[in-house]
Amino acid sequence: MNVFLWVIVPYLCLAVFVVGHAWRYRYDKFGWTTRSSQLYEDRLLRLGSPLFHFGMLGVVGGHVIGLLVPRSWTAAVGIDDHLYHYAAVGGGLVAGVMALVGMCILIYRRRTVGPVFSATTVMDKVMYAFLAAAIVLGMWNTIAGSIFSLGGEYNYREGVSVWYRSFLAFQPDAELMAQAPIGFKLHALVAFALFALWPFTRLVHVFSAPLGYLTRPYIVYRSRDSRPGQPGSTPSRRGWDRVG
Amino acid sequence: MRVMAQMAMVMNLDKCIGCHTCSVTCKQAWTNRTGTEYVWFNNVETRPGLGYPRTYEDQDEWEGGWVRKPNGRLALRAGGRVKKLLSIFSNPKLPSIEDYYEPWTYDYETLLNSPQTDTFPVARPKSLISGKDMNVEWSANWDDDLGGSQEHAARDVMLKGIEDKVKLEFEQTFMFYLPRICEHCLNPSCAASCPSGAIYKRAEDGIVLVDQDRCRGWRMCVSGCPYKKVYFNHKTGKAEKCTFCYPRIEVGIPTVCSETCVGRLRYIGLMLYDADAVLEAAAVEDEHDLYEAQRGVFLDPRDPEVERAALAAGIEADWIEAAKKSPVLRLITDYKVALPLHPEYRTMPMVWYIPPLSPVVDVVKETGQDAEDRGNLFAAIDTLRIPVEYLANLFTAGDVEPVDGVLKKLAAMRSYMRDINLGREPDASIPAAVGMTEEEMYEMFRLLAIAKYADRYVIPPAHAEQAHALEELATDCAVDFDAAGSHYDQALLGEGAGYPTPVAVENFRMLQDRQTSDSLAAPDDKASRVNLLNWDGRGTPEGLFPPRDGTGGR
Repeated sequence: MNVFLWVIVPYLCLAVFVVGHAWRYRYDKFGWTTRSSQLYEDRLLRLGSPLFHFGMLGVVGGHVIGLLVPRSWTAAVGIDDHLYHYAAVGGGLVAGVMALVGMCILIYRRRTVGPVFSATTVMDKVMYAFLAAAIVLGMWNTIAGSIFSLGGEYNYREGVSVWYRSFLAFQPDAELMAQAPIGFKLHALVAFALFALWPFTRLVHVFSAPLGYLTRPYIVYRSRDSRPGQPGSTPSRRGWDRVG
Repeated sequence: MRVMAQMAMVMNLDKCIGCHTCSVTCKQAWTNRTGTEYVWFNNVETRPGLGYPRTYEDQDEWEGGWVRKPNGRLALRAGGRVKKLLSIFSNPKLPSIEDYYEPWTYDYETLLNSPQTDTFPVARPKSLISGKDMNVEWSANWDDDLGGSQEHAARDVMLKGIEDKVKLEFEQTFMFYLPRICEHCLNPSCAASCPSGAIYKRAEDGIVLVDQDRCRGWRMCVSGCPYKKVYFNHKTGKAEKCTFCYPRIEVGIPTVCSETCVGRLRYIGLMLYDADAVLEAAAVEDEHDLYEAQRGVFLDPRDPEVERAALAAGIEADWIEAAKKSPVLRLITDYKVALPLHPEYRTMPMVWYIPPLSPVVDVVKETGQDAEDRGNLFAAIDTLRIPVEYLANLFTAGDVEPVDGVLKKLAAMRSYMRDINLGREPDASIPAAVGMTEEEMYEMFRLLAIAKYADRYVIPPAHAEQAHALEELATDCAVDFDAAGSHYDQALLGEGAGYPTPVAVENFRMLQDRQTSDSLAAPDDKASRVNLLNWDGRGTPEGLFPPRDGTGGR
């Protein structure tokens, strides 16, 4: 069971994540967009969207530090567990609350504003469910686990993080996850399910974060002669639709 | 000097009767799809009026276009790259659907299904955004023909500074129509605002396009364009804009709006310009100098030096020949009667306008004076400051001098041509008074009044050796996305998912063949064509599609 949950499922999700993105990018460049609904409603979005997105950027940054940076490294630069704990919980709380509040505003908006709701796809709803579950479980782990120590002390840097690095190194150690508290287990499983869904939702827009804008010249010139294989060109197809 | 070619347009506003045929045919051709109901690549505004979207010209509010910084460099008015990225999650300057209008349809079904009643059943307006009943309160042309002008036209941004002088009472005001398409600017701020780099200027003909496969729906182009001519397709989540009908232009036929213009007021042709000089010209300090500065960027293809440089820059000889014959070049450079729309946005727009003389003529006529007499018209142009100042706010950043000059040329043409038409001796002093020769004036009259199709549209086709790349260009506006992707994808990944259906250039080739062939009724290949009325929709019988190689084989 442990092997199934902490080796097979994660790798399956990872495979779907990678292959799914490749497929989506090849098949559906046209659908690769943020699907913004700002045109329909502006007031709630203006508040909720930046809150959620900046919060999520903080959350992702926190996860990168927490999961990928080993305890020994931070110790080596003179950050002891106590200090690290305060920084992680403090930062995590701020970012998490931002993301959570932002998400609540956005979900409320999506449900109550008619045009926005009718523009919501099935995949959007599924994605929202998993995203919300992941965020709520994550907050639970932070508040219940790290602040009030419900269910005993647990240092994820000795458990979950080590397992995650072993997972990324393709030498997964399922035992480490088996010993983690239920909150962490659920959070990880929901997150992996979200990763598997990722390529088939609007979340793909994350990978279009336009950082190139900072360096490219303002005006883009392109030649009409765009050969297949060059960026932005599509393979030639029949110029008409099949009938019937 | 880096010579580039630009497909440009001039519209003669005196001839616009505000019939909206251009808007309607454009819409039928390009934007009659879900998600683009409110999108008008071409619209016709009554001026004075609010425009579309409402008060789009108020850049203090919308922050479109460029500004010149104190150090002499250009910056996007809405902020640079970092600010754009920081506000990417919620564009603070995006017009809402209310600033355009909420598109609607009518519930026609009740008319058909209604049981017999004492009163007529009513087809209620239904919002195309929410699907609910709605009150129609505004649309693309709510203030057409100065309708409700007391309330609306008074808020026209271009009346700033002259608002107390302009009388909006029906009898005392002036009015003209302003058809607008994308300006296909030399320095497009929409392209500069696009975080994804999806908006580009085509190197061959300067047409500004949105790559639908690269657009990620960040919406910065919508707010970046000061003319508000980039629209957000709310179904596909992508930006769309006027394409200058590039599939038609590529085969040498004019845009749909030009083709169908009943007033024949549009002119299409090439302009050659020095791409290296654009930024400097767009950054001149005084806004009043922008019109002259932009004219300074243009190159005269009749200059052998320019011709040599153009050839060296890879512009084909037939394009240079077409540039020499360009009606746009004559109107902008030779007669100097065309002016850019809002040069103060510093985007270097390339759809220019001949300002209308008719508001002035109308006033003279109403006084009972001879409205074709040069003296009367000149005096009227000098005294009727209000229409002239208003036109200057539109076309020269408020500088009345160039507008004066253009109107006097048009007035001179009127009185000069009257003598000719009445069989009198033409008066050489009339053209001389506006710095033109008699021959020039007559040529200008021919171009403005009676020019034939081939003189109004000088469009060199794209090159045959590039035809393959042209056929299914990746960057088309996905006209037929409804058909692309299965219903399964639509439900799962959202509207428009899947491969886009490319614009088939073949259709345009057929159109061109039909329009240019000698015989409309009996083309040579009539016998081998398929009668679509008899076709059962199965398979592709011989002759259903035109021959691929043009020789008859399939």
